[in-house]
Amino acid sequence: MTHLKALLIRYSPLVLLAALWEIASRSGLVSSLALPPLSDVAIAWLDLAKSGDLWTNGLASMTRIGAGLGLAIVIGAVLGVLMAWWRALDRLLGPLVEMLYPMPKSALIPVTALWLGFGDASKIVLIFLGCMLPVILGAYNGARGADQALIWSARSLGASRLATLWNVVVPSALPEIANGIRTSLALSFVLLVSAELIVARKGFGYLIGFLGEGGTYDAMFAVVLTVALLGFIADRLYNALVRWGFRWQQ
Amino acid sequence: MSTMSELISIDGVCHTYTPAHGREVLALDNVSLQVQRQEFVALLGPSGCGKSTLLYLIGGFLPVTQGSIRVDGKPVGGPGPDRGIVFQHFALFPWKTVRGNVLYGLEKMGLPRAEREERARTFIDMVGLSGFEESYPSQLSGGMKQRAAIARTLAIDPGILLMDEPFGALDAQTRGLMQAELLRIWRGSPKTVMFVTHDVHEAVYLARRIVVMSARPGRVKAVIEADLDRADPQLTKSRAFIDIVDEVWSLVREEAVRAERYRAE
Ligand SMILES: Nc1ncnc2c1ncn2[C@@H]1O[C@H](COP(=O)(O)OP(=O)(O)OP(=O)(O)O)[C@@H](O)[C@H]1O
Ligand SMILES: [Mg+2]
Repeated sequence: MTHLKALLIRYSPLVLLAALWEIASRSGLVSSLALPPLSDVAIAWLDLAKSGDLWTNGLASMTRIGAGLGLAIVIGAVLGVLMAWWRALDRLLGPLVEMLYPMPKSALIPVTALWLGFGDASKIVLIFLGCMLPVILGAYNGARGADQALIWSARSLGASRLATLWNVVVPSALPEIANGIRTSLALSFVLLVSAELIVARKGFGYLIGFLGEGGTYDAMFAVVLTVALLGFIADRLYNALVRWGFRWQQ
Repeated sequence: MSTMSELISIDGVCHTYTPAHGREVLALDNVSLQVQRQEFVALLGPSGCGKSTLLYLIGGFLPVTQGSIRVDGKPVGGPGPDRGIVFQHFALFPWKTVRGNVLYGLEKMGLPRAEREERARTFIDMVGLSGFEESYPSQLSGGMKQRAAIARTLAIDPGILLMDEPFGALDAQTRGLMQAELLRIWRGSPKTVMFVTHDVHEAVYLARRIVVMSARPGRVKAVIEADLDRADPQLTKSRAFIDIVDEVWSLVREEAVRAERYRAE
């Protein structure tokens, strides 16, 4: 109960903001074209939900994020740890990762569209490529930072080199991998919506663009808020999962 | 030079650290030492004289680049469970509980599950950590971590025990208990022990031979025999014991003073 109360207090500024929004728009302080009243947005949301548009487009978007991010996490973590463990691979891929990491990933949108068209594949590959980099970097740094004495401990307790990689290096890298994934999670939403706004026939981004062009701004806002809320929920859930997974860290 | 009863044979070993940044450090300079099978040897010397380095070389964690180290006649290769080590800074797996840490080596030995659990319980109990089986290292005090690390190493029953200040973080009372416990284990299943300590009293109490090392670069300054009757409960009050402690003390003090002067220069 006190937990719930703390949550309510923490997020009360949002309620205030919602009220201000409603008042500003209803009173004509802000043009209701630029900012439709929140209550209208809520009604538009219900209509979108009833018509099914929200779900079909939402499902498309979530599938793309799930596939792209899933691939990025698995392949990125494996590559990062192997690069830290195996110097030759570091030499080969290190410069590539360094060069691509600071690049604005949205620059890849036209490239993946050119290669793979307007459908799911181009979005999945875009998210995969963009989100893999923070995971690789986290895994690499985490594995490099593995305590020498822990590796020695495992070896003197009878672990083979391979077992040491799996039993010591990988767990040592996990906290940094988790940080990388958190960055990627946020990035995946950015990439998804941008790509869908520009080149897509389905998805949240497409729906936002479509409704905006048609002038149904209350519905457009409804989708924007939905995406924002989903991103927020994903981040919170992820944080809770990480805290539980790393309870040994205190 | 070496005969059959020597288990660890260290001949003319030098070790230089060459860090990626910073200057080279000559940590060990021409160290030779023969350790008999089932012998208990203590290693004393001022901080930074290379005691840990010597254990790491025997353990196979650092490569021997000059001189040779043989264990049972064979040059040491990599690390292995025949040489158990208790690290100065414990090196417990932070993501495993006390029980998980102790079980790790037993799993690698391939023991059946029931036997692993049984052994883990025995050794956790022996170091006085029953009730803390499910605690993570971050939830333990320094002394408790040290005891968990000792249990983890003893559990796999290595023929050679390399112990790097294993009781350094313990209070005087627990330290006394652990010393007696270690002697009891050693009598029950004699192992070859190399025991690093800063505590002269502890060294003389535990070890048949005490090796005093010189300030950096580490050399063997003196080897003192302490052929005492360790079953005697009055041992630490005996004349013979006190004389040896005094002798070792004066050797160690000389080196500590030299190390201090070296630092001041
Ligand atoms: N990884 C390293 N890189 C460079 N120099 C090192 C490294 N490890 C140890 N040294 C140096 O080698 C020397 C011996 O170190 P070592 O840890 O073996 O000493 P020690 O006798 O165990 O000291 P203490 O009693 O403080 O534990 C020290 O002077 C130290 O500065
Ligand atoms: Mg040391």
